[in-house]
Amino acid sequence: MAHLVSPLVSIENVDMRYGGANGTLAVSGLSMKVGKGEFAAVVGPSGCGKSTLMKLVTGLHIPQGGGVIVAGKQVTEPVSIVGMAFQNPTMLPWRTTLDNILLPLEIVERHRHRLRRHKAEYVEKAERLLETVGLKGFGSKFPWQLSGGMQQRANLCRALIHEPELLMLDEPFGALDAFTREELWCVIRDLQAAQGVTIVLVTHDLREATFLADRIFVMSARPGRVLKEHVVPFARPRELDLMYEKGFNDMVHELHGEIAQARVAA
Amino acid sequence: MSIAAENTAATQAKPLAARINWVTLAPWLYTIGLFVLWELLVIALEMPPTILPAPSRVFQAILQYWSPIWKNSLQTLYTTTLGFAIAVVAGLGIGLFIGWSKTIYAGLYPLMIGFNAIPKVALVPILVIWFGIGTIPAVLTAFLISFFPIVVNVATGLATIEPETEDVLRALGARKMDIMLKVGIPRSMPYFFGSLKIAITLAFVGSVVSETVASNYGLGNMMSSAQSQFNVPLVFAGLLMLAVEGIAMYALMAWIEKRMTGWAHRSTMAQ
Ligand SMILES: Nc1ncnc2c1ncn2[C@@H]1O[C@H](COP(=O)(O)OP(=O)(O)OP(=O)(O)O)[C@@H](O)[C@H]1O
Ligand SMILES: [Mg+2]
Repeated sequence: MAHLVSPLVSIENVDMRYGGANGTLAVSGLSMKVGKGEFAAVVGPSGCGKSTLMKLVTGLHIPQGGGVIVAGKQVTEPVSIVGMAFQNPTMLPWRTTLDNILLPLEIVERHRHRLRRHKAEYVEKAERLLETVGLKGFGSKFPWQLSGGMQQRANLCRALIHEPELLMLDEPFGALDAFTREELWCVIRDLQAAQGVTIVLVTHDLREATFLADRIFVMSARPGRVLKEHVVPFARPRELDLMYEKGFNDMVHELHGEIAQARVAA
Repeated sequence: MSIAAENTAATQAKPLAARINWVTLAPWLYTIGLFVLWELLVIALEMPPTILPAPSRVFQAILQYWSPIWKNSLQTLYTTTLGFAIAVVAGLGIGLFIGWSKTIYAGLYPLMIGFNAIPKVALVPILVIWFGIGTIPAVLTAFLISFFPIVVNVATGLATIEPETEDVLRALGARKMDIMLKVGIPRSMPYFFGSLKIAITLAFVGSVVSETVASNYGLGNMMSSAQSQFNVPLVFAGLLMLAVEGIAMYALMAWIEKRMTGWAHRSTMAQ
């Protein structure tokens, strides 16, 4: 377990309360570590603070207690090495899909000054990404001309365009049908295998977590903390058939039991 | 041969009613209908022209007084458009300023509501004290009355950015300025262009009111002097010209809105 010596993300005993001293305590005593290149999944009952965890790691919220360290630095402001994708794809309707995907490059300090002169190079990169997610030739379409699943794929491209070291996905496949979802699992799996990016995925879908992740964190009901940490033993590369194997189903079953218990305990 | 001729005749005769686009024709038909009804009403009730002149009388007045009507119409159009143009620039600027931060929004919004509650007619005498009678108070009244809807719409567009969009950008290290330029301003454009239609109609109200009480030019002034000479057909001629100008400017704004923010219409239609 060499990665645990210098994890990319390290959350130490974090407390986070919304809305002042008498507000909602969203997470309390939360600790977790994610190694570089690792695929971590976070599961837990609804409202337990999973989205809060995402915002803490990206620096959108600063905790009142404890510390968040990303890439060796204490997080005190938004961290620019991350890419983010939410459940509802927040594409801007007045931009084409391609321009939406290029948006992070107009913001991130490292790229924004290069963008104009190296436009062609970046456009090519965006088109390669579109191709990997199966959206070849859709760059010139507006987001509202794409289906929900296609928008979600474009959303992934946007999260990846600036080559983030850390990809934070907050229930990105929640609104999709089962087949599209499985297809996008494979897209993510292949992206991670090819680029070695570190991924933290929040999900309600235990099969999704088990299929994709190396490590699964089970959170308690609010105020959220990590109840249990599982290492997923299945070898890579994983095929979708894996989900019909007994070991896989046993693991899903176990996770399900733990979350059910966490809900009751609340 | 004869069958063919019959055929073409039949295909031409039958769809004639169907080929007319009734929807585009409807506004014209209804307008003509209104004038006919008005004319018949005046004849039936034997209205004297000093109370309600028939449309034929009004058109006659338009021809008879064409030169002053034309001059005054241009003057009103000029004051209205100028006031409106200032309102667009100021409204956009103030709207962006108010929508910039929650604190400014919270602080200035009640003030704006209070200001908007003041009848702008009541400001005309003050404007006259400051600037004398004539074009300037008319332009300023048009400006004052029309800039409020623009401000409110632009500020609303900015203030209602989806928090998730903002989060995605902030996580990338976006500054307030980036978020405004990339999301806030494009997002508020449909609101802005939508408000122009309301603003231009209000601008006409402002300029005509001011011309009526404090000017020697413009349709407002023309109508008030015609009224004092009991030249009622000329008053109605002025009203008709105002309606024409109002419709033309409204149509122009609607066209600009459609041109500039087509995505907003198409995206709501697609959903
Ligand atoms: N902006 C906010 N202001 C106040 N309270 C908040 C805010 N965001 C979240 N909370 C509260 O913090 C708690 C955790 O919220 P969070 O969104 O992190 O849950 P979650 O685990 O992502 O839930 P879900 O699985 O339903 O998405 C909730 O009880 C919620 O009410
Ligand atoms: Mg959530």
